[in-house]
Amino acid sequence: MPESYVPIFVFLVVNVAVAVLIIALSTYLVKRKPTAQKLMPYECGMDPFGTARKRFSVKFFVVAMLFIIFDIEAVFLYPWAVVFKDLKLFGLIEMVVFIAVLLLGLFYAWKKGALEWQ
Amino acid sequence: MVTLGAIVLVIIKVLLALGVIMTAIAYITLMERKVLAFLQVRLGPNRVGPWGLLQPLADGIKLLFKEEITVAGADKVLYLLAPAVVMVCALLPFAVVPFGKGIVGESFLGIPLDQFDLGKGILADIDTGILFIFAISSLSVYGVVLGGWASNNKYSLLGATRASAQMISYELALGMSVVGVLLLTGSLSLVKIVEDQDWIWKWNCFRQPLAFLIFLIAGSAEVCRTPFDFVECENELVAGYQTEYSSMKFGMFYLAEYGHLLLLSSLVTTLFLGGWQGPILPPFVWFSAKVFFMLFFFIWIRGTYPRLRYDKLMHFGWKVLLPASLVNVVATAVIYSLYLGGKA
Amino acid sequence: MEALFFYLFGGLALISSFFVIFLRKPVHNAVALIFTFFCLAGLYLILGAEFVAMIQVLVYAGAIMVLFLFVIMLLNLEEEEAIEGRGNKFRRWLGGFAAVVVFLLLAPVWLMQALPVVKGTFPPEKVQELGNTVWIARLLFTDYLLPFEVASVLLLAAIVGAVFFAMKRM
Repeated sequence: MPESYVPIFVFLVVNVAVAVLIIALSTYLVKRKPTAQKLMPYECGMDPFGTARKRFSVKFFVVAMLFIIFDIEAVFLYPWAVVFKDLKLFGLIEMVVFIAVLLLGLFYAWKKGALEWQ
Repeated sequence: MVTLGAIVLVIIKVLLALGVIMTAIAYITLMERKVLAFLQVRLGPNRVGPWGLLQPLADGIKLLFKEEITVAGADKVLYLLAPAVVMVCALLPFAVVPFGKGIVGESFLGIPLDQFDLGKGILADIDTGILFIFAISSLSVYGVVLGGWASNNKYSLLGATRASAQMISYELALGMSVVGVLLLTGSLSLVKIVEDQDWIWKWNCFRQPLAFLIFLIAGSAEVCRTPFDFVECENELVAGYQTEYSSMKFGMFYLAEYGHLLLLSSLVTTLFLGGWQGPILPPFVWFSAKVFFMLFFFIWIRGTYPRLRYDKLMHFGWKVLLPASLVNVVATAVIYSLYLGGKA
Repeated sequence: MEALFFYLFGGLALISSFFVIFLRKPVHNAVALIFTFFCLAGLYLILGAEFVAMIQVLVYAGAIMVLFLFVIMLLNLEEEEAIEGRGNKFRRWLGGFAAVVVFLLLAPVWLMQALPVVKGTFPPEKVQELGNTVWIARLLFTDYLLPFEVASVLLLAAIVGAVFFAMKRM
């Protein structure tokens, strides 16, 4: 392991400790007087009806799917950018082809209305 | 050879950095309230301490002693986990932000400074700094989703799904706009990116104007600032995923929100405004000044623009920003290879 | 020190992957899986594969698990449905059988003597010199150019498939 990651690890541990400490403080420092009304989920003062964990639109699924795909594209872009100086024109052509194929996908989603929100 | 002294120094440096970051975050909340107040011809908080300078402290103590309510039907584990995840993910990326040039000198109290990046003006000088930041901040979406889901509240879940869809959509444009900068530097290390911008005309905001613009827009959408604050558009969603959070757990979300703002300002500074580079004054002062300017800029935007509509937000992210950032990558590559070709 | 980190991340990864299997609520399983991915990234770091570690968090923990969570919330399996799925005896036996087979396949590793060390083309010193990212990039964009371009077509197919099926349901 490169030794630069040791400070990151220490920083992570300290951050987690601080977060746990804050949660513990807010749990144990305060007197609680819970009542049924207080604990009710907020719904503009009305008694809540039905379950809150409803199924939601398939739209969000499509967005998440497209997100994964373009995230992977971005992952290919980073190493490419690092070695672009060595690859020059060759690197340019191969990445243009790659991006063009994926832009085709974006336009397909666009034309099919997957990016429309009403 | 790893010595105990070096480990102690690492811990001291980490605690020092965390202290500075936490204090800065606390005072950004005050700064936001003050600047917004002045933009709206008010005075802002001015009762607690001179010019209201003790206000963040008072807020913190107040939040800590507020009654803590765990809503009925909440998923207890995730309800506690969500604010912690958001907070840690907001603070952890600061480990790789270069805030200064580093100390001149070989050792401190007999402990050599060439190990664990002790002598550098950064906690951890890693080769993949920018990826580390994107990786950790891509996890902060879970705090939002889990917090909203665990709360057993319709507004929370709606707010969480909306906010997470927004965050992942703009994360793409954010990630790809940086590629132009990486092309010019040829490295993923933030330290190298800063070192590359050693003259003002080599600052990336001039070499990469389109990327700069995309990064600013996508960045403020990513940290959910007005005009993109759909996480908590109070007239539709009460307070979004935070609706059922009270006491210091709400405080942690609040802290994370301003932590993200500070991170965004530091990143804009590092990637596009030359980081700690600048004449005469010490590097850390330059870095702070630029970050302060960016913070002011984002608060100014908040005071000026109204909120967008959700459908327009998603259209803008997918149909304008994403293609634009790809065009920027290709254009940069074309121009840069022409430049390289002319040189060879 | 590396051994220490190895046991830390490895142990956490093991424990959290047990949680992935044994927790009752699907959302909890997904969260445990995210944590497992995070620990795996730590293991990659120990191996010196920085770039892979970052991508592990960015893509697996940060993107694919978002989709998983969305799907779990989208379907929102009622408690009864979920438990009914677990009660199926045939599936339990099949799962147990598969686990035993995998274990038997892996078991010889314990019995093996230390493997003879053969230095590959990329020993750690050579990788350290330029960094993990540069080497991956050099190989990917020269020797493995075809798989890279094929990946774009694969991703295109994924887009088309996802959009097609999602739009059909609306």
